[in-house]
Amino acid sequence: MNWLIYALIFWLASWALNVRIANSAPSRFKSILVPMLFGFSLLGLWEGLVSGFNISPILLPPPSMIAARFASSLPILWEDFVQTFVKGALSGYFIGCSAAFLTAIAIDRSDFLKRGLLPIGNFVAALPIIGMAPVLVMWFGFDWQSKAAVVVIMVFFPMLVNTVAGLSAKNEIQNDLMKTYGAGYWQSLLKLGLPAAMPFIFNGLKICTTLALIGAIVAEFFGSPIRGMGFRISTEVGRLSLDMVWAEITVAALAGSAFYGTMALIEKAVTFWHPSQRS
Amino acid sequence: MTSRTAALRRIWHRAGPILTILAVLLAVWYASAVALNAAWAKDKAKRADTVLTFSELVSDTMSQDKPLLPAPHQVAEEIYKTTVLKKVTSKRSLIWHGWITLSATLLGFAFGTALGMLLAVGIVYSRATDMSVMPWVITSQTIPILAVAPMIIVVLNAVGVSGLLPKAFISMYLSFFPVAVGMVKGLRAPDQMQLDQMRTWSATKATSFWKLRLPSSMPYLFASLKIGIAASLVGAIVGELPTGAVAGLGARLLAGSYYGQTIQIWSALICAAILAASLVALIGLIEKITLKRMGMLS
Amino acid sequence: MSEAVISAKDLSLTFETNDGPVHALKDINLDINKGDFVSFIGPSGCGKTTFLRCMADLETPTGGTITVNGMSAAEARMKRAYGYVFQAAGLYPWRTIGGNIRLPLEIMGFNKSEQSKRVTDVLELVELAGFEKKFPWQLSGGMQQRASIARALAFDADILLMDEPFGALDEIVRDHLNEQLLQLWARTEKTIGFVTHSIPEAVFLSTKIVVMSPRPGRIADVIESTLPRDRTLDIRESQEFADIAHRVREGLRAGHAYD
Repeated sequence: MNWLIYALIFWLASWALNVRIANSAPSRFKSILVPMLFGFSLLGLWEGLVSGFNISPILLPPPSMIAARFASSLPILWEDFVQTFVKGALSGYFIGCSAAFLTAIAIDRSDFLKRGLLPIGNFVAALPIIGMAPVLVMWFGFDWQSKAAVVVIMVFFPMLVNTVAGLSAKNEIQNDLMKTYGAGYWQSLLKLGLPAAMPFIFNGLKICTTLALIGAIVAEFFGSPIRGMGFRISTEVGRLSLDMVWAEITVAALAGSAFYGTMALIEKAVTFWHPSQRS
Repeated sequence: MTSRTAALRRIWHRAGPILTILAVLLAVWYASAVALNAAWAKDKAKRADTVLTFSELVSDTMSQDKPLLPAPHQVAEEIYKTTVLKKVTSKRSLIWHGWITLSATLLGFAFGTALGMLLAVGIVYSRATDMSVMPWVITSQTIPILAVAPMIIVVLNAVGVSGLLPKAFISMYLSFFPVAVGMVKGLRAPDQMQLDQMRTWSATKATSFWKLRLPSSMPYLFASLKIGIAASLVGAIVGELPTGAVAGLGARLLAGSYYGQTIQIWSALICAAILAASLVALIGLIEKITLKRMGMLS
Repeated sequence: MSEAVISAKDLSLTFETNDGPVHALKDINLDINKGDFVSFIGPSGCGKTTFLRCMADLETPTGGTITVNGMSAAEARMKRAYGYVFQAAGLYPWRTIGGNIRLPLEIMGFNKSEQSKRVTDVLELVELAGFEKKFPWQLSGGMQQRASIARALAFDADILLMDEPFGALDEIVRDHLNEQLLQLWARTEKTIGFVTHSIPEAVFLSTKIVVMSPRPGRIADVIESTLPRDRTLDIRESQEFADIAHRVREGLRAGHAYD
C-alpha cells in the first residue's frame, strides 16, 4: 500500500513541477526537460502500481524487471534487430520509397495517369495492406525477403501519393518563370519541381518509417525463421515471459523513434526554407 | 443536348483515367495469375504424362484449388458463395466474419475518437499538457503498436477481458493519434484576429470554444476521422491474428495462410478493402452533410 | 527609334468556360518601339495581363499575330528575348538571393565566372549589394521584388515585361521603386512593358500609356506622353502631369471602365 502512495505522490509532484516549468519562460532545454520528466513520472507510477497492487509480472512486469531483461539479453535483441529492422524493414523501405519516387516522376508528365493513379493511390493507402502479408510470405518464403516485400507494398502508395502531390506543389508564378527562361522539362524538374516537392516527399518518408517497422514485424507473425522481433514477440507471448516481450517492444520503440528522428533531421537540413521549419 | 454531352465529358474526365487504370490492373492480375500458376499446371500435366496446349494451360491456371495467385473471377465467385449463398449466422459466411471485425473497429474507433478529442482539448488549453504529452503522443506512433497486439490480447484474456474489447483497444490506440493531432490543428485554426474579436466581446473561454474553436476544427476533424477509421480497421484485423483464428476477417486471413487456402485469403482481403472503402466513404458523406449545414462547403 | 520591337495585329484571345466563351482580348493592334516605356492600364478583366502574357508566350492567342523582335512569341521565348517580372516576387525560398538571380543564368548555360559577375552587377543595379547570401524570406517585400527585377535583368534581354510588379507594396516603397526603375531604364535603354492599375504610376513612368477596357478586352486609347524622359517624383505636381492623368481617366470612362 505504501508503494502505491509513494507512486502517486511522486507522479503528482512531478506533474506539479511540470506545470511550473511549462508556465515559466520557454526555452529549448525546457521543451526537452518537460516531456522527459513526464515520461519518467509515468515509469515511476507504473513501477509503483505494479508493486502496490501486487500485479503478477506475467501480466505486467515492472520497468525495472524489463530493464534487467533488456540488459541481459542484448545479443538476442541485436540478432532480432538485424533480422527484422536492418534486413526486412530498411531494405523494403529503400526499395519501396525509391520505386514510388520514380513512379511519381514518371506519371507526373501525364495528366491522364495522374488523374487515374491518384484516386487509386489514395484509396489503396487507406486499405489494410498489412493483410497481404500471408500472400507475400507464401510467395517469397519465410526469410527476410518476404518481410521486405510486405514493407515495399506498404510504403509504396503513401510515398507515391505524397510525391505526386509534392510535384504539383510548385506555384503558378514559379512555373511561368521557368517558361520565360525557355527551360526544358528536366531543367524545370531539377531546379523547381524537386526542391518544391521536398516537404511533401519528406512527409511521405516520415510516415513510411513507422509503416516499414510495422510491416516487417507483423509479417513475421505469418511465418519466419527462428529469429526476428515479430517472431520473438509471438513466441515469448506464448511462453508468458512478458518481460522479454517488453524488451523487444523497447527495441522496436527505440528503433522506430530513431528512424523517424533521422528522417526528421535530414528533413530539417533539406527543407530549412519551408515555413514549418523556419521558426 | 450539348449540356448532356458536356456533363458526360466531365464524368469521363474524372472516371475515365481511373477506369482505364483499373482495367489495366485487372489485366495485369490475370496475366500474373497465368504466369504464377503455370508452373503448377505444367507440373501436374507432366505427372499425368500429357502435354498442355496453350488454351488448356490458361484455363487450368484459373481453376486450381490452391493457386499461387487466384484469378479475379475465382475470388469474386468465392465472395459470392460466402456472402449471398451462406446464411448470415453461418460461421462460413464472410458477412458474419466481417461483422465481427466491423464491430470491434467501430467500438475502438469511438473510444479512439473520444480519447483523441479529449487529449486535443487538454493540449490546446493547458501548456503543461501540451509540453508533457504532445511529444509522447507523437512518439507513441513510432512504436509499432501492431507488434504489441498479440501481447495485449493475451494479457487482457488472462485478466478475463476477451472478445470484442481487446481488439477494440488496439483499434483505439491506432485511431486516437490522427484524431488528436488533427483536432489540435483544428482547434488552433482560428487566427489571432478571430480570437481577439472574441475578446472584444469579453467572451468566456467556454463560449469561444463552442462558438469559434470547435466549429473551425470541423474540417480538420473529419480529415482525421477518415484516417482514423482506416487505422481502426487495420487494428481490428491484426488484433484478430493471435486469438487462435476463430472469427473475423483477420482470422480468415490467418486460417487461409495456415492451410494454403489462397482463394480464401484473397476474398478476405477484398472484403477488408471493401469494408475500408465503405467506412471512409461513409465518413466522407457525413463530412459533406455536416460541413454543408455549417456553410463551410462551397 | 521607330522600329517596332513588339507588334500585335488583330490579336484576339477567347477562353472557353462553362458559362460560354470569354473574350479576354479582341482585335488588339499595337506597336511598341525600341526604348519605349509602355504602360497598360485598365480595370481588372480588361485583358492587360493577358496581353502581356501573350507577348511572353505564356498564353496562346486564338486569333491574329504577335511578333517579338521580328519573331513569333514562342521563338522569342526560346531565344530568351525578354525578362519577366510577376505580380509576386516568386523567389525560390530554398535559394539565396544570389542563387535566385543565378537561376536563369544556370538554365541558359552561362559559365560560372560570368554568372558571379552578372549577379554582382545586377544586385548593384537594384541596390541590393551585400544581400547575396540572404534567403528571400529574410528580406522585406520591397527588397524581394527588387531581387526579382534583378533576376529578370541578369541575362540582359532587351525587353523587360512587368506585370503589376509593385501592386502588393505600400505607396511609400512604391514611389521609391518607381524612381529607381526609371533610373534603371535610362541606364540600360531597355524596352519595358508595364501593367498597372494605378493612374499616377502609369503617367509617371511611361512614354506611352495604353488604356484598356473590359468585355471584350480591347484598347480604348493610346496616349503618347509629353513628359521629358528624364523625370523625378516632383513632376507629379506639374500641370502637364495632371493633364495626362486626366486624359487617362477620360479614356477609362469612355471604355466604361467605371461601370
